[in-house]
Amino acid sequence: MENTAEAIEKVPPWLNPKVRAVFYQIGVLCMVGLLAWYLISNTLHNLERQSIATGWGFLGKTASFEVGESLIAYSSADTYLRALFVGALNTIKVSFIGIVVTVILGTIIGIARLSTNWLLSRMAAIYIEVMQDIPVLLQLFFWYSMFYEIFPGPRQALNPFTGLFLCNRGVIFAVPEAHPAHNYMLLALGAAIVAVVLIRRWAAARQASTGQIFPMFRVGAAIIIGLPLATWFFFGAPTAMDMPVMKGFNFEGGMSLSPEFIALLLGLVLYTAAFVAEVVRAGVQSVSKGQTEAAMSIGLRPSRVLNLVILPQALRVIIPPLTSQMLNLTKNSSLAVAIGYPDFVSVANTTINQTGQSIEGVALIMLVYLIFSLSTSAFMNWYNKKARLVER
Amino acid sequence: MAMDSTDIQKAQIAAAEDEDDIRPPVTSVGVVGWIRANLFNGWFNSILTLVTLFVLGKTVPPFIKWVLVDSVWLTGGQACRDAAGACWSVISQNYRFILFGFYPYELHWRPLAAMLLLFALLFYSRNREHWKKPLFYAWIGGLVLMGVLMKGGIFGLESVESTQWGGLPLTLILSVFGLTAAYPLGVLLALGRQSRMPAVKALCVVYIEAIRGVPLISLLFMGSIIFPLFLPEGVTINKILRAQAAIILFTAAYIAEVVRGGLQGMSTGQYEAADALGLNYYLTMRLVILPQALKIVIPPTVSILISAFKDTSLVVIIALFDLLKTSQTVLSNPEWMGFSPEVYLFVALLYFLGCFSMANYSRKLEKELDKG
Repeated sequence: MENTAEAIEKVPPWLNPKVRAVFYQIGVLCMVGLLAWYLISNTLHNLERQSIATGWGFLGKTASFEVGESLIAYSSADTYLRALFVGALNTIKVSFIGIVVTVILGTIIGIARLSTNWLLSRMAAIYIEVMQDIPVLLQLFFWYSMFYEIFPGPRQALNPFTGLFLCNRGVIFAVPEAHPAHNYMLLALGAAIVAVVLIRRWAAARQASTGQIFPMFRVGAAIIIGLPLATWFFFGAPTAMDMPVMKGFNFEGGMSLSPEFIALLLGLVLYTAAFVAEVVRAGVQSVSKGQTEAAMSIGLRPSRVLNLVILPQALRVIIPPLTSQMLNLTKNSSLAVAIGYPDFVSVANTTINQTGQSIEGVALIMLVYLIFSLSTSAFMNWYNKKARLVER
Repeated sequence: MAMDSTDIQKAQIAAAEDEDDIRPPVTSVGVVGWIRANLFNGWFNSILTLVTLFVLGKTVPPFIKWVLVDSVWLTGGQACRDAAGACWSVISQNYRFILFGFYPYELHWRPLAAMLLLFALLFYSRNREHWKKPLFYAWIGGLVLMGVLMKGGIFGLESVESTQWGGLPLTLILSVFGLTAAYPLGVLLALGRQSRMPAVKALCVVYIEAIRGVPLISLLFMGSIIFPLFLPEGVTINKILRAQAAIILFTAAYIAEVVRGGLQGMSTGQYEAADALGLNYYLTMRLVILPQALKIVIPPTVSILISAFKDTSLVVIIALFDLLKTSQTVLSNPEWMGFSPEVYLFVALLYFLGCFSMANYSRKLEKELDKG
């Protein structure tokens, strides 16, 4: 023992792995630092030479450009900061709706891919293969060109059924006319969700202690649909609709979605759904057949087999790749700049062109997407932890 | 007794002759049986089949009519507007611009030769038995030769500025060179992330996670508007190279994650065995770990190549004339305005063929590697 200890002490410091590691790291840090210093000094020199001011002062200046669509009040007299905020909200809007629709559509296609029906399974396979192999930007251009080339102008708008118009200005549809009842219905829906969560907890506790099963699905569905419906009847069941009407050169009333928004949503959803379908298929196939057979042999009904045995196990496999698909959709929504939907990148790009603050602009784009990515993956990690296998 | 045995024999012969009559019912074998088992087993599946058939019947015949029956192939733009079907003339009249962009017209054979060389190399590399040292040198030689063919300037070839490159060759160059350059960088990043040195590990983690958290378009913007500021006064790099650099930086982070998966798949026994042989870190990695780890991750690497190939289309946004941009340029010509579906379908077909063959190859390879 003493001999080895002595031997270690005798090792000269330049052969000691620990000492070497410190030197290697100092070396790497120095190289990175030098590279950074070189780039930054060049940049500062160039900025000075071209007399470009740096800093974030431009955010407070008047933007003086219009933004096509906005969730909050905005005019060209507002500041760049507000314009960028409008862009970020638009990104969130298209990503959120896109993710919800994609997950639903992708799950349906993934299950169709697994169907015992040969024809349906083939169709799903073809869809998945074709959509995955065509760049999403090309798909966006395709859908966008559909709008401005195939659809007629507002005067000759297609009208497949009452209250819905399709034209090259987008899709215009009727919405229920504003009425206080709608606000109360939203409140009722919120209350119903809270009630269902509470009942669910109570039912789980009761089942754990007494073994009695509570018909949670039926009761829950009844409350969530019934409560807002009852509120609606209580306020006299208002049915008035806000119909879009042709006035002058454009529609008035109703709600409209711009061609850019629909093309972006369609492209993102159809593309990402193909990947989600593959994720779902792999997840369901990862649960071995023995699990289903075991669940059936202890007498569970098919719906309970799915709910209690297959889904919890499949979800564990599905969630991590599903998260990365959601993030991909969010990142791909930045392609909006190519078809003119005012998302964050598009507004930031306009800002860069107007102010010349390219470094700040690109840094802002990266920062905002990093925040989106990190918060989504934090949420999904939290959910993943909940769904994880609890080992004894 | 003898009579009995002959009776039995007779009965057996009769039974054998009757075998034709007692075949399984037609409803459970053959075409009918297959249809019953795969399309009409149960009322739900029957409805699904009928609905699918109805939708196909409503959409496929008009589509075929549009694509083939009513279409025009070799006319001018005006004749196209009178036709009821697809106007494939927009492709046949402009295919050289769509494929080669602004490359000088009489020199189109050079990018064509470069592409054929690339395809030949790819085709030859499909067989795993060819994966030896000579193939590696062949690739290096091939890539250099492709560069020479595109750029010219030596061997009596006329020099062509890279600002004139475009179309399919540009798309292929961006993805193939992008992956080739990103691969070593990605392996280094993956090794750094697995390293026991905290400073190196932190740098690699931050780089990988930051790049994977932002969209490629932000890096392309960086390449096109910020890179020029990074360079000392008077030095300029052309736009294609800057986009290429952005694609390399982006792809490397994704390759690093794939390679990390392979490194994590190595058992500690491999490291211990290498240590026992007295190999240092560099030799352990080069001789023991990386050859095995990189082999495991070949299929996911092919999927990264597929995404890189699709992602090059994003250079449209910074106005490089790749395949997608040249086709859009054709569409902005008044004579061919309004034929977007045809042009986009053609470009989609090219991308599909490229990605589909790579994906198919990846699946085949995965099966082969699984076997041993």
